[in-house]
Order: sequence, then C-alpha cells, then structure tokens
Amino acid sequence: MKQSKLKPWLYLLPAIIFLGVFMVYPLIDVVVYSFEEGYNFVSQTSNGTGLYNYRYVLRDPYFVQALKNTFVLVIITVPVSTGLALLISLALSSVKPLRNLFQTVYFLPYVTNTLAVGLVFMVLFKKTEYSDGMVNLLIKAFGGEAVDFIDGPHWAKMLVMCIYTVWIVLPFKILILTSALASVKEDYYKAARVDGTRPSRIFFRITLPMISPMIFYLIITGFIGAFKAYSDEVALFGVDLNSAGMNTMVGYIYDMLYGNSGGYPSFASAAALILFAVVFTITCINLMVSRSRVQY
Amino acid sequence: MKIKLDHLTKRFPNRNKKIHEDVIAVNDFTFEIPDGKLIGLLGPSGCGKSTTLNLISGLEVPTSGRIYFGDTDVTDLPAENRGVGLVFQNYALYPHLTVMDNITFPLGNLRGDKKLTKEQMREKAIAAAKLVQIEELMERRPSELSGGQQQRVAIARALVKMPSVLLLDEPLSNLDARLRLQTREELARIQRETGITTIFVTHDQEEAMSISDLIVVMKDGVLHQIGKPQEVYDSPCNLFVAKFLGTPPINVFDGRVYEGHLYIGEEAIMDVDLPHGQVWIGIRPEGFVPDPEGPLTLRLKKIEVMGRDTSVVTTHPYFEGTFIRSIIPSEEIPTVLGMTEGHMDDTPPAVEDNGEGGSAPEPLFLPVRFRIKPSKIYVFDRKTEEVLPRE
Repeated sequence: MKQSKLKPWLYLLPAIIFLGVFMVYPLIDVVVYSFEEGYNFVSQTSNGTGLYNYRYVLRDPYFVQALKNTFVLVIITVPVSTGLALLISLALSSVKPLRNLFQTVYFLPYVTNTLAVGLVFMVLFKKTEYSDGMVNLLIKAFGGEAVDFIDGPHWAKMLVMCIYTVWIVLPFKILILTSALASVKEDYYKAARVDGTRPSRIFFRITLPMISPMIFYLIITGFIGAFKAYSDEVALFGVDLNSAGMNTMVGYIYDMLYGNSGGYPSFASAAALILFAVVFTITCINLMVSRSRVQY
Repeated sequence: MKIKLDHLTKRFPNRNKKIHEDVIAVNDFTFEIPDGKLIGLLGPSGCGKSTTLNLISGLEVPTSGRIYFGDTDVTDLPAENRGVGLVFQNYALYPHLTVMDNITFPLGNLRGDKKLTKEQMREKAIAAAKLVQIEELMERRPSELSGGQQQRVAIARALVKMPSVLLLDEPLSNLDARLRLQTREELARIQRETGITTIFVTHDQEEAMSISDLIVVMKDGVLHQIGKPQEVYDSPCNLFVAKFLGTPPINVFDGRVYEGHLYIGEEAIMDVDLPHGQVWIGIRPEGFVPDPEGPLTLRLKKIEVMGRDTSVVTTHPYFEGTFIRSIIPSEEIPTVLGMTEGHMDDTPPAVEDNGEGGSAPEPLFLPVRFRIKPSKIYVFDRKTEEVLPRE
C-alpha cells in the first residue's frame, strides 16, 4: 500500500517540476520583487524592502491614467459586446436563409490577426496627408466636423478603442451564444406558444434564464480579458502608449519592464499585483452574483 | 368541446432533397370527437399521431382541410388563441422555475381584463395541483421531481388555464411499467373530474384500450378505424387493426374459401357465405376451444400456465409466423392433454410453469384439435386486407 501512495506522485512529478519552475516560482518571485525597492536584474540586489513600490506606482500619473483607461474599457466594452453578441445571436438563430454565411462573416474577426485589424481601423479612422479617414468622410458628408480619432482628443481615442475591442471580442461571444441558444429545447418554445406567451416574456422568462450560465461565463471571461487588454492598443496607437494617453494596466507593466522607461522590475511587479487584486476582486463579485442568479 | 377534423392533410417536404415527393404525415383525416370524452390516438411509431396532435394544437399548419372546435373553424387560428392545453412527451417543464412558477406560467400570459392578481394565480395553481395531487411539491424545481411527478406538473400546467381541449403526446411513455399503470388510471380520473375533451397519443394498444372512451387507430398517416375500444377489438375493419389490437396478438392463417367452407390447409374450419379465393384468416387467442372433435388440428409446442388462463403454444404449416398462441381457461388443460395421450410414447408434454424457468421443454409437436368460436374469427381479403363480412 505504501508503494501505491508514492506512485501517483511519481507520475505527477514532471508536471509538478514544470509548473513549479515556470509558474509557481515566478509567481512568488513577483510578490517578492514587488516589496523590494529598486531591484536590479543584473546585480540581483535591492535597496531594502517595503511598500515603496506600491506607493510609487499608485502615485504615478501614467499608472493612474492606465488604470482609468482600463476601467473605462472594461465598463463599456463588456456589457456592450455581450449585449450586442446576444442581439446578433438572436437574429442569427431566427433567420433561416443565409445563416451559415452570416455566421461565417461574424466569425471572421476571430481568425483575423490583431495587427491586420488595426490596419483596417487605421484606414477607417486615421488622418493622413491624403484623407481624414473613412469615418471622417462620413461625418463630413452629414455636415459634421472632422475629428482626429488617432492623435486627437482623449474621448475620440477611447471611442475608437472601445469600438475596436467590442468588434474583436464579438465573434467568440456570438459563437458561444448561438450554440447556447440552439441548445434550448424546441419544446419549451412550443409549450410557451401554446400558452400564448408574448415574445418578450418568452425571451426574459425562458430564453434568458436558460442561457444565463453561458452569459455569465462570457461576462467573467470578458472582464478578465478586458483587464488584460494591451495588444489591441498597440495595434491602434503604437508602442508609446503613455504619451498617447492610451496606456492600459498590462501596457504599464510591460513598459516598466521593457519600454522607454524600462528596467524597473519592482514597479512592474507591484503594478502586476495591483492588477491581480483588481481582477480577482471583480471575478469574485461576478461569481457571487452568478451563484445567486443562475439557478440550475 | 366537440372537435371535428375535415379532410385534414399534412405534407412535409422530404428531408432528402433529391426526393421531391412530399412525406404525407396525415392523409385526409375526417372524424369527429364528441364533447367531454377521452380519446386515444393509437398507431405504430411514425404514423402521424403526434402530427395530428400538433395540427389540433395549432403548432403545425395543415396543408389542407379544416379543424373545428365546436362550430368554430380554428384552422387559421394560431396556437395561443385556440385554448388548448398541451402536455409534451418529455413534459417540457421550465427547469429554472419552481413547480408553482411552472404552473402559473400560462396564467401570467393573460392580459387585459383577464389579467389575474398574484393571489388569484396562486389559488388557481393550487387547485390544479390538488387535482393531480402534487400540492406539497410546489416549491421544488423540476430536477428535484421524479418522472411521474414531473408528468403531473406538466398536466397541472396544461389544466390551469382551463383549456377547452387537453392534448397529451405519449403521456406515459417516459414512465416505468408500474407507474404507467397507475398514471393511466389517474389520467382517466382527471379527465372524468374535469370533463375536458382529452386526446392522448400512444403506441401502446393496451394503454389506449384500457382508458379511452374512443380509440382512433391510424397507420402511415391514414385513419383506419375509430370506435369504442371493445367495438374496434371485436370488429376490426382490416387486418392491420386486427393485428394491432390485443395481446397476445391475433393469429393469422393463410386460408381459402371453397364451396361455402373456410379452409386452413385441408381442414374446413367453418361454413361461410363468401366467394371462392385465397383469404387471410385471423383468430383471436381466446377463440380456440380444445375439442377432440374440433375441425382444426394444431401441433402442440408447449403449455404455459399463467394462473387463471393457460397459453397453449402450437404450430401449423399455414400459420403466418412461428407460433400460434391460444388462451384457454386453465381447467381445459386436461382436455388438451387427453388428446395427446393416444399419441404419447412415454414422455408427457411439458407443462411449463411460467414463473420458474426450469429446463426448456422438448418440442413434441403432437396433434391437438380445436374448435373455433365463430365470433373470434375474421376473414380478410387477400389483396385489400379489408375484413369480409361473413353473413
């Protein structure tokens, strides 16, 4: 019997070593760095321990800006993209002809490279010597005033960023929701129809509760994904996000490690842990809400 | 509410796109269902029973023909305006709602001056729940109920809005054998108490026969016979109906009519007034009477004792199938055994007790003779399989 207790651990050993070296140890190290003032990679030394890094990061205007940007992005894009995906999925599941074509079209952004999508958005929004971009042409056609979406006011940049993010996360959500909708048994709708249920009531009392587990899954992963946004910003505004005022939390961490102001692993670690705390809190809240709302 | 179907037809386009011919699920149905009766729609799988039900409920639109509830033509009325209660085969209870919420759901759809308060809804739901005896389960969710309880909730949900017609699609097929017996009695009781015209679909002839006021036998979308269960059993209109009703099923022989006699093989069974020719002869299992002077000789395979009755299993070269099953009262066994005595070597025919299993009886194939009760024998046309009137 003794042998059989040892055996499973032996089988687990490769995975444990791998995860320990590449996951657990670095995680602990990040926590350690975040409390060491001015840690230096090369000399492997620091000037002492304390909360200095956290204090610095939280007072850094760039970090505050990144925090704000990230929150705005999360608060706008997660509900908008989930709601939009739900609407499109409902439309997709109620049309019969050309459904496959539409599904493919809506899924295309998912398989398209982020940077390629960024290029398309440039054509749409960026001002060049030759044109103001497609969107500005449209605005002018309706008598509006051209806005510089890429290098202009912060709200315009944020708008583009939100549209971009929503657009890029939409396909996955549509995919999940159409399959969730398809998995609701036809009999429920038939039963509701025989009872003369209004479409709105069918939606809110039957469809929505039935697919609620999937919606909550999308909201939770959507929150986490939006908090980790970075590459999309680079695709639109280039690598110097701080000067564009469009940095995100992950962008800030990256910049602290490698960017223009790079070489500050302690600050990066502190920022990473703050991000972790935020995501953790939000996810816990989400799970608590979903426990009380999703009942089966 | 009286229901009338008038030349009702439903075609579906063929799933296989290469075949352009439509599938006819319901073919030219015309019949009338009297008010306040329990009707069993009976037929083998895929014969269009459920489609008929869906047509009546309004979930399907007929290709042609009309449907009347009472004197009103409801053919073009959408399902929600027909006032039907429908119970699905898998019950279709909303899994996220409690039993109470499931039952009140149809009431929540009422609007305008029919709109009910929460309290009124509760009262009605509890009344419906009492009728199906689930009032102590109101706060549970469907996943916490047994199959039989779910079934009752589904019926309560259909009844709560006081439908003019209650439709049940294979209501008992998801229940185990014991519960099925119990629930079908329950169904009959609920129908009697409410007096709502009820139509239920089933492929189980015993189920349909036992509780229906009327049964409708159909096959391949065609209505074969409609009538009281006993009438349909006693005078089937064709070979299919005769075969479909009754357990054990009717025994069918390859027979012929010659000079006023009905022959199976070389034996004249009875006198008939029919033209010469090949026919199918159907004899109900209870139509065989052991009689040493009887006209029909069968070869004895085994005797199965089942308490009150005994099943005598025999063979005959002109029988369509393998073994003929005849049911005789147990006290007739000596007559059967007596006939075998003259032919016996040393081994008596195996009298098998049905409960015990034991060793398999040896096939003996000794001749036994039977007389046939005239009321239990049917003659069918060889081609059309329609019953031929003997008088």
